[in-house]
Amino acid sequence: MLAFILRRLAQSIAVLLTVAIIAFAMFRFVGDPVNQIVSLDTPAEQVEKIRKDLGLDQPVYIQFARYIGNALHGDFGQSYQFRQPVTKLLAERAPATLELALMSALFSLVVGIPMGVYTALNRNGFGAKLFQAVSLIGVSLPTFLIGILLIYLFSVQLGWLPSFGRGEVVKLTQNWTTGLLTWSGIKALILPAITLGLFQMTLIMRLVRAEMLEVMRTDYIKFARARGLKTRAINFGHALKNTLVPVITIAGLQLGSIIAFAIITETVFQWPGMGVLFLKAVQNVDIPIMAAYLMMIAALFVLINLTVDLLYAAVDPRLRATIRES
Amino acid sequence: MTHPVLSVRDLSVAFFTRRGALQALDRVSFDIAPGEVLGVVGESGAGKSLTGQSVIGLLEPPGRITGGEIRLHGERIDNLTPDAMRKIRGRKIGMVFQDPLTSLNPLYTIGQQLTETILTHLPVSAEEARQRALALLTEVGIPSPERRIDSYPHEFSGGMRQRVVLALALCAEPELVIADEPTTALDVSVQAQIIALLKRLCHERQTAVMLVTHDMGVIAETADRVAVMYAGRIVEIGPVREVVQNPKHPYAQGLMGAIPTLEGGRDKLVQIEGSMPQLKNIPAGCAFNPRCPHAFARCHVEKPDLVPVEHSRVACFLYDEKRKENAA
Repeated sequence: MLAFILRRLAQSIAVLLTVAIIAFAMFRFVGDPVNQIVSLDTPAEQVEKIRKDLGLDQPVYIQFARYIGNALHGDFGQSYQFRQPVTKLLAERAPATLELALMSALFSLVVGIPMGVYTALNRNGFGAKLFQAVSLIGVSLPTFLIGILLIYLFSVQLGWLPSFGRGEVVKLTQNWTTGLLTWSGIKALILPAITLGLFQMTLIMRLVRAEMLEVMRTDYIKFARARGLKTRAINFGHALKNTLVPVITIAGLQLGSIIAFAIITETVFQWPGMGVLFLKAVQNVDIPIMAAYLMMIAALFVLINLTVDLLYAAVDPRLRATIRES
Repeated sequence: MTHPVLSVRDLSVAFFTRRGALQALDRVSFDIAPGEVLGVVGESGAGKSLTGQSVIGLLEPPGRITGGEIRLHGERIDNLTPDAMRKIRGRKIGMVFQDPLTSLNPLYTIGQQLTETILTHLPVSAEEARQRALALLTEVGIPSPERRIDSYPHEFSGGMRQRVVLALALCAEPELVIADEPTTALDVSVQAQIIALLKRLCHERQTAVMLVTHDMGVIAETADRVAVMYAGRIVEIGPVREVVQNPKHPYAQGLMGAIPTLEGGRDKLVQIEGSMPQLKNIPAGCAFNPRCPHAFARCHVEKPDLVPVEHSRVACFLYDEKRKENAA
């Protein structure tokens, strides 16, 4: 088991290094960073000085080594537009994004799995057909449209929920602020979380339904029936557990995408998270932020993948055996 | 004969499809006595497995019982509520499936699956259930069961898994076991062991067995009586020796002629010309008439019923005619 984790960690490091090379390459291919900092009438000596100060006159591999070395210490350089450390900027906005992503993931799992189970078990019922039809809308409507529709209905027409911002936040630590402890914070979270999670929710519902139908046809479910087990035990003890094995992978990867692609939802709701920061960075060619964001998302995916693999092994004994043998 | 454990009378099953009802079982009747093994043989699609599924109440839609009765110890079980029928499954009727590799849930240990079944049906504590599971594993010949009870299905070989499946089918001491092709998916060398085990366990408990198979060797070795099915009907039923050595129905004769024997030399095996009709075009009269070498006018019009011939009962007009001749 330990060998398995170690090997996975080695693979993860390889992946992260590759991403780091790509992120670093951005600095060189998106144009001369010095030009982003200076204005047109800066004297040439001063431009040279800045270049030297930033270490951009040195060979590429040394620059790369220094970039990696700094990154390991949590230093991703200065943002060109804000003139502040990138790490600080990301850290300030991370809580908002993570809170939004976790709430969306929770929403998609808590609603998606029961709906999937329900539609699989009552597949010819009216409710199941309704859910199926509605889920088609969820899968096909673009996120920004869902966001705008929700704002129109709940903020503009009904006036129940705020249409932008995070509401009141409470400072937990130096860098960590949460909106979960105030009523206005929770209210502000509802619409963005639904917007971001709706696609995942319908995806998970459809996945659970398809997997569950598949499992219900297997011999071990027939045999469980022939043994006279209670319907409840068959559906939830035997069928659902087998259904969840593939669902774990998808749900894990979806959590990664929720965080990575919160950009659109954050823009629609003016959510002060990393997505909005990233978008501003793109508009202003603020490469340090873009590079750091890229590496952070990569690290996140690697971490989620590792967790999914471990969860897999916890659920499926056949996998435990393979891991132990290897 | 003592009171039968299972008594099936005129059981008819149809599949309801968009194109109308397809008759899959047509007035099937048989009894099984305590401790008796009834072999059910026939080609694929003859209705063997369907008969078993009807008895245990696991017919899958669009299949439905359209007539007849199924009685367990004299009590009708074909019209029970789903929950009442569930309580009978596993408790009074056990079932063994064809493929032991897929019959067990891969995510639970065999101990969990055994105790779950025991606790569902018997009023025992968790500890007693585990003791009972251990005893059952010993009985079905799993070596060192204390060590193996917490293993997962994938850690067992096919033959061992079928032993576990047998233990699961027998764990609440049912009065009837339906074994649906229990050895088809196994190695030949393991088949004999499993059949011997099934026979011993059921004999000791005086459990009635309905053994569905197309393996005539298994039938000859195990069954007390045999029912030969063709296109949803029983065409011949009788003591195993009688049916195997002296089959009466032309189809049964063809079936037995197709068994290779060591003494038979290298002559070509007898074949039955043609194939069994599909449900949607079963011919009028006797379903076997297009393939029957002895068919005559009456076979194309009337359906023959089972009539006693020597020790067996046969659904064929040949014997009707003979009887009439004898009587005349």
